[in-house]
Order: sequence, then C-alpha cells, then structure tokens
Amino acid sequence: MAHMTIAEALRQGLREEMVRDERVFCMGEDIGVRGGWGGAFTVTLGLENDFRNRIIDTPISEGGIFGLALGAAIMGLRPVADVQYGDFIFYAMDEVVNQIAKMRYMSGGKIRVPLVMRAPVGATGRGAQHGQNPEAIFFSVPGIKIACPATAYDAKGLLKAAIRDDNPVLLFEHKLLYGSKGARAESGTVDASSDIPSDDYVVPLGKAIVRREGNDVTIIATLLMMHRALQAAERLAQEGISAEVIDARSLVPFDWDLANASVIKTTRAILVEEGPRQGGWGAEIAATLSDTLSDYLTAPVQRVASPNIPVPFSPPMENFYRPDADRIADAARNLLGRGQQ
Amino acid sequence: MGYDRQFLISLYQKMLMIRQFEERVKFLFLEGVMPGTIHQYQGQEGIAVGVCSALNSNDVITSTHRPHGHAIAKGLTVASLLHELFGKTTGCCRGKGGSMHVGDLEKGMVPAIAIVAGGIPIATGIALAFKFRKEPRVAVSFMGDGAVNEGAFHEAVNMGAIWSLPVVYIVENNLYSASTPIFEMVRLKKLSDRAAGYGIPGVTVDGNDVLQVFETAREAVERARTGEGPTLVECMTYRITGHSRRDPCNYQPEAERKEALQREPLRRFGEYLLKGEFVDQAGLDEIRAQVDAEIECAVKSAMAAPDPKPEEALEDVFV
Repeated sequence: MAHMTIAEALRQGLREEMVRDERVFCMGEDIGVRGGWGGAFTVTLGLENDFRNRIIDTPISEGGIFGLALGAAIMGLRPVADVQYGDFIFYAMDEVVNQIAKMRYMSGGKIRVPLVMRAPVGATGRGAQHGQNPEAIFFSVPGIKIACPATAYDAKGLLKAAIRDDNPVLLFEHKLLYGSKGARAESGTVDASSDIPSDDYVVPLGKAIVRREGNDVTIIATLLMMHRALQAAERLAQEGISAEVIDARSLVPFDWDLANASVIKTTRAILVEEGPRQGGWGAEIAATLSDTLSDYLTAPVQRVASPNIPVPFSPPMENFYRPDADRIADAARNLLGRGQQ
Repeated sequence: MGYDRQFLISLYQKMLMIRQFEERVKFLFLEGVMPGTIHQYQGQEGIAVGVCSALNSNDVITSTHRPHGHAIAKGLTVASLLHELFGKTTGCCRGKGGSMHVGDLEKGMVPAIAIVAGGIPIATGIALAFKFRKEPRVAVSFMGDGAVNEGAFHEAVNMGAIWSLPVVYIVENNLYSASTPIFEMVRLKKLSDRAAGYGIPGVTVDGNDVLQVFETAREAVERARTGEGPTLVECMTYRITGHSRRDPCNYQPEAERKEALQREPLRRFGEYLLKGEFVDQAGLDEIRAQVDAEIECAVKSAMAAPDPKPEEALEDVFV
C-alpha cells in the first residue's frame, strides 16, 4: 500500500502493464525525452530509463500519433497514445472518429483495436485551446469506450482495464487532479490522491461507484466535478438535504444499473459536467433517465454544466464558466423546492 | 530481363481479373442490381498488380476508396468481394464494409480507408509494429494523387522516415483528384519530389507498365525490409472510367483520354506477352475465359446469398 497522486498512479500503472505485457508501449509528445517532463503532466516521467524503446517520443503530429497507434494496434500491439492537452486531439479527429472507432465495425467484427488514448482535460487558466472538456464530442461516437477517473485508485485501475481491453478506450484525465509535482505542478489543484494497493487490480470499464450515500437526490458526475459534487453534498447535508453522489467513472459503457437504482431510490437526479451544457453527455443521460424512470421521478432531471462558450482565460470569467459546488447545491435545492439559500 | 513465363502470365491474369471484375461490377451497378456507389480501377491495374507481386503474403497493404484492384492483387477472392458489394454477410467484411471498405487482414489488406490519406498513418503504424517486433514484414500504403495534399500524408510519411520504418508509399497519380487536375493543386512537376522534404527516396515511374512498377516496388520493398526505411513511389497512370458511378469524365480532354487509352496497361502487357511469345492469342483467350467464368460464378453466388438480418447491424461495434 502506498499513497499516490493520479500522475504517480498512472505512471505505476503504465510501468506494471509494460512489465506484464511486452506488447504494451507508449507514444506521444515529450513523453520520454531525457531531461524532459515525462509528458505535459509528468505521467511518464522516468519510464524511458527502463523502457527505452517502448516510450516513443513523436513529432508534433497528433494525427500521425493516433493513426500509427491504430496501425500498431490492429497488428496486435497494445499502444497507449497520448496528447498533451485534450484540445489537441481534434487534430486527430479523422483518425479517432473515422479510423479508430470504425475499424472493427467496417471489418465485420474481424479486427480488434486494443488502443488506449489519454487526454488531459479541464479549464485551468490556459484559455480556450488548452482547457476544453471534449468528453461529449466523443460520447456521441459509436465505437469508443470512455473513462474519466476522479481518484488515483481509479486512474490506475481504469488505465489497466483500458490497456487490457480489446477496444479503443479514451481516458480523460483532469489537469487539476493529477497532483503533478515540480515545474509541472498546477495551481488550484484538488487532492485526488489515494492509497494504492500493492497487489494488481483493475477498475472495470462501465462500473460507477457511490461516493456518498443519500436519499433525496442523486448527483452523477465525473473528474473534477465529482469532487465539486462531494463538496456540494456536504453543504446540502448541513441544510438537511441528503444527496447521493455517484462517480460515473466510465461514460461508455455507462453504468445504468447503478444510476437507475440510485435515482429510483432518491426520485431526483442531477448530471454534472464541466463541458458545455449544449449536447453534453449529461443531456443524453438526463433524457434517458427521464424516459426510463418517468414512473419514479418526482421532479425533472437537472443538468449542471458550463455555458455554451469557449473556455475564457480571465480567472473571474473562468470561474464563472466552470460549474462549482454552489451551482450544484443550488440545483439540488431547486429540485427539492427549497430555493436558493 | 529474364522473367519466368508463369510469373508473367500470372501478372496478366491478375490484371485481367481486376479489369473484368470492374467491368462486370459497372454493368451490375448500371443495371441497378448492385447497391451503393463504386469507385473503379480500370486503367490502373498495373500498379496494384505490380506492387502486390513484390510482396509476401504476410506483408500488409492499406487502400483507398478505390480498393477493388488492390484487394484482388493482394489475394482476396472475387467472390468475397462480390458478396461484400452486394451487402451479404458472406462478404469479406460481413456486409458492414461495402465497396469502399473491402479488405481482409488475414490476406494482408486492412479494410480499405475511404478518407483520402487516411490509410497512410495506419500503414506506417503497421510498419512500426513490424519493426517493434523485429518481424521482416513490410507495409504498403496505396494512395491517390490528391492524398499528397492532406496533413495525414505529411505527418505519417515524416514519422515513417524518422524511424526508418518498413513501409512503402505508393502514389497512383491518375492526374485527377476526383475531377480536379492534380497539377493545378501542387507547384511540382512530379509528386515524388515531395520525398525530398522527408529525406527519403522518391521516384516516378510509368504506372501503366506493370513490369516497371514491379521492379521499382521490389527495390523499395527490399529497402524497407532491410531496415533502410520508406520510399515514395509515384506511378503515373490514367483512370479510364469515371471517378465514381455515372461520372461522364467531361473534365478529361478528349485528346488526353484517347492518348491515355493507347497506353492503358492491360492491352500493353498483353501485346508484350504476345510479342515476346510468352503466350499466343489462344492462350490469352483461355485466360480470359477462365477469369470470366470465375467472376460469373461469384456474381451468381453473391446474388443468391441471403440478405443479412437488419438487426445484425447492431453487432461488431465492440469486442
């Protein structure tokens, strides 16, 4: 047992998987340069010393990174390809959406694509092109699994599950949760560190977890918003509102069993995401809950998300953009007819 | 050059198979019995056959929206293709791919990538896997002339070059990117000049001369297989059919078209075989009869195969 940040847990997970399976390798920008950073957020730091030919530094060619990773994956390797910031993955949209997501289907199910894609997300003082939460864009693409760890335990466990999965998996990691240290430390960091068991474990894709039990309202969130939801639940508890917080952990597949059971119990639901409200993954979950649980719901399903704007730079505007515990708590109060406090 | 007679005849047989397949498919399509759309390979047969004849069966190719010729040259049966074109689950992609995605990885062909230049990074990644595992195998990416203006071309060829990957890039320059003349879209006389920008060899050959293509490909494949890295091969050719279904090719000048027909690869190679007395006209007629019979048999079986259950569409997204 050791206590680790997400960056450390991911690094250990990559190391263990590369030791366990010689088909696993990493490719990305600045991930293995000696004297470098171990990727933008230190996740691969030092791995190049032990896996010289399996930590592959690439040119600044995101389309090439994901396209090559696909080619290697269909030949039986298990690449872990990353971008420095999630926003950069748009340079590889053809590779991700047209090639990676569709390859197995177009082959009539003959080809397997064991490929992990890692993408740091979240508004973190970098403005519009280094802070987007693009989860929803890929949520609407059939053929890609999506995982969103909020804790170090889950980050390592989901990474391992993704590497061992025979399908493409996008792993969204939050910049404020990494706990990166040294020159790559982030201001405004939230502690997402965990005790990491010394034994091998995975967190299965498609399995959510109840982070806080409650009876009045179900709050479903991921990544940074899961931590904000826990803060909101704490405040609500002081007002006599019992909120259940579910960490979805995976968006695809989505754990409908756990979500449905919770919402049937509480009869109210709030979806919280950091990305824009319009077309967000929360919209899809909300619509489906409304359809399937209409006999149980006592209030319309609510969404808390950012406005439909690019991520602004100025800190006051960025804080306005990104949902916080207050907005989540307000949504819960409104659902319960308690108005704003 | 001393070629084995059987080898030469096999080249001719494959080129003819592609030509007759495409002509039959065009007819089926115009008759209205075949679904979808088609991008055909008539006039470019020398390239697929010349290149694939320089490959081993476990080498791997990527293809384009115009993939039928590559598929036949790489060893897919015309039956597995026709079943696919008719949308049957007995096709090479179980009816999920269709004309623009035919392929079979077991035969060394990735399901064809119908996004221009989309196959280039994939082929380069396949080559990365070969190098990673120290396997003496080679990847080949077929692309049209228009692909050299895509970012994916630049990113992938550069990556193939810096890591000396066992990959060969084959540009089939038929002068038109869909209907747009390629030489209005590049300020180059030869697309192979792009190779210099990546520090790799580039060569332009007569793509309508199957033996010249074969020799060039053999050399490029050998370089790739021995760790010397990629080669960019531009094969000059001409599409003697439309870009896609019902394209009357009004953008191709009449004189250019006539001249190109004089140089089309199948008739040229047939004449070469006759002149060199590798085969006589009766021999060529016999090959044609065999080819036509195989295609006819495949057409019949494809049309007779049962349609898929509609809900089979829901399968094969994830493992």
